[in-house]
Amino acid sequence: MSTVAIVMMVVAMLVIWGGLALAVANLVRHGAVEDRVDDGPRGR
Amino acid sequence: MGATAGQSAQPQDQDSRRGGFSSRKVFILAAIGSAVGLGNIWRFPYVAYENGGGAFLLPYLVALLTAGIPFLLLDYALGHRHRGSAPLSFARLRRGAEGLGWWQVGICFVIAVYYAAVIAWALRYTFFSLDEAWGADPEGFFFGEFLQAGDIAVTTDVVPGVLVPLAIVWVAVLAIMALGVQRGIGTVSLVFIPLLVVAFIALVVQALLLPGAGTGLDALFTPDWSALASAPVWAAAYGQIFFSLSIGFGVMITYASYVDRREDMTGSGLVVGFSNSGFELLAGIGVFAALGFMAQANGVAVDEVAGDGIGLAFVAFPAIISEAPGGGLLGVLFFGCLVIAGITSLVSVIEVVISAVRDKLDTSRVTATLVVGVPAAVLSLVLFSTTSGVYVLDVVDRFVNQYGILVVALLSMLAVSWALRALPVLGGHLNVHGRPRMGTGWRVLTSVVAPAGLAVVLVLSLREDLAAAYEGYPTWLLVGFGWVLVVALPVVGFLVARLPWRDGTHLEGPPPGSDPAPPAGAVTTGHDAEGTR
Repeated sequence: MSTVAIVMMVVAMLVIWGGLALAVANLVRHGAVEDRVDDGPRGR
Repeated sequence: MGATAGQSAQPQDQDSRRGGFSSRKVFILAAIGSAVGLGNIWRFPYVAYENGGGAFLLPYLVALLTAGIPFLLLDYALGHRHRGSAPLSFARLRRGAEGLGWWQVGICFVIAVYYAAVIAWALRYTFFSLDEAWGADPEGFFFGEFLQAGDIAVTTDVVPGVLVPLAIVWVAVLAIMALGVQRGIGTVSLVFIPLLVVAFIALVVQALLLPGAGTGLDALFTPDWSALASAPVWAAAYGQIFFSLSIGFGVMITYASYVDRREDMTGSGLVVGFSNSGFELLAGIGVFAALGFMAQANGVAVDEVAGDGIGLAFVAFPAIISEAPGGGLLGVLFFGCLVIAGITSLVSVIEVVISAVRDKLDTSRVTATLVVGVPAAVLSLVLFSTTSGVYVLDVVDRFVNQYGILVVALLSMLAVSWALRALPVLGGHLNVHGRPRMGTGWRVLTSVVAPAGLAVVLVLSLREDLAAAYEGYPTWLLVGFGWVLVVALPVVGFLVARLPWRDGTHLEGPPPGSDPAPPAGAVTTGHDAEGTR
């Protein structure tokens, strides 16, 4: 593989799979429904 | 028809009657199962290769972030807030919009009828891989011995080799549907999506170990930066994202209606959107590594073996399997993945129809499954287990995607954004429990950028089909199974919308409890539940 192809492949992996990892982290950080007891009127 | 058909049931009773996913994980896996389908495996790699290679990443990501995910969240907000199938969700948003939902239901019915046939082919090829039944001529075997495709004509000559696996697919799918949202779709997603990922990773690893794999990846990822100045390349990116994510034709509205009222739909949508693209990238690597091997083995350039769709799966891949060391395993993994990805998508489109029938009429799950599934299965068997099946399938697939899904998605997006002006209230709904917040940016993307992107895709496609007959097919075939079908679907949809809802259906806006008081201090973008009715 050429260097530029390798770079583009790595960039694609980092952006897309990295984006997935960030999305999962965001969801986990926010917590599951059953864990979010403070979602009611008391606010988050 | 009155705004409320009889006495409204309590929200919990309605949710319990409709069924639902037991957890966020099940919903996300089911949504990924719907989004990840045959197109991820056999369409994305070639679209990327043809449209700038590595440079395609830029328009692809722009399309994902400016149209794909915003539109996905719009579908989620519609279904999650209104707690109904596509027709019921649109009816609760505005009674006159119900026909859009039935149009989407009609499209899903048509897709289910032909999609099952491709899964049946893949199922048969999973077993063909074991002894490489196609011999030295995969193309001749597929169209000749297997499909027995003759002249372009509609025939009733049954091909038993397609009929039997197609019947098996329908029996399996209807059994899943009859089991219900959680026990059927949820369980299948919990088992098959992790299995799909593991099997596809195994396939990619095996493909990467083949000699010539680097040549294929070189072809896929070497950027052609000049492609970024080409409008068709950007249209291809928007088209790929749109068709890949299962958005705009009722699936995500229906699935979202089965999710806990307090779920973070925004965060879940981001995971689903990036999972779909993540799988596409994996598919691109696996497919082009295998194509690189094929090119090297035959001493030709990658562009001479690269392709997409049916040709890639049922002609090029069998040739690769025949030549590759451990080809049998590669074949079982490849076609097995097609079957799994296809089944989890097929159940999602059938669920759109079953859910709508159950909402409209007061039927049990099993009754609705039979009312929807038996006619769909019979039509599927009649149309696609004959010697003319492949031609009809190709035309229906082309037209229902380009002028069915694309048009209804565009019109419903414009209707929700501009005619009903519902984006503030839908964004407010997402923000009650969702993170990150959807504000002005999301509304601009959903009301302007995404529709503009889809409109360009539609115009380019229309121009192509008006300039020359699709694939050179005869006019009677294109009119009968293409144009007539795509015109009939909205007509039927708006006619069905005139039928009354079952007694007790709440139709005055979202059901009670859908718009809970936001947490203290939360920004809700000034939504007004009355404003959309």
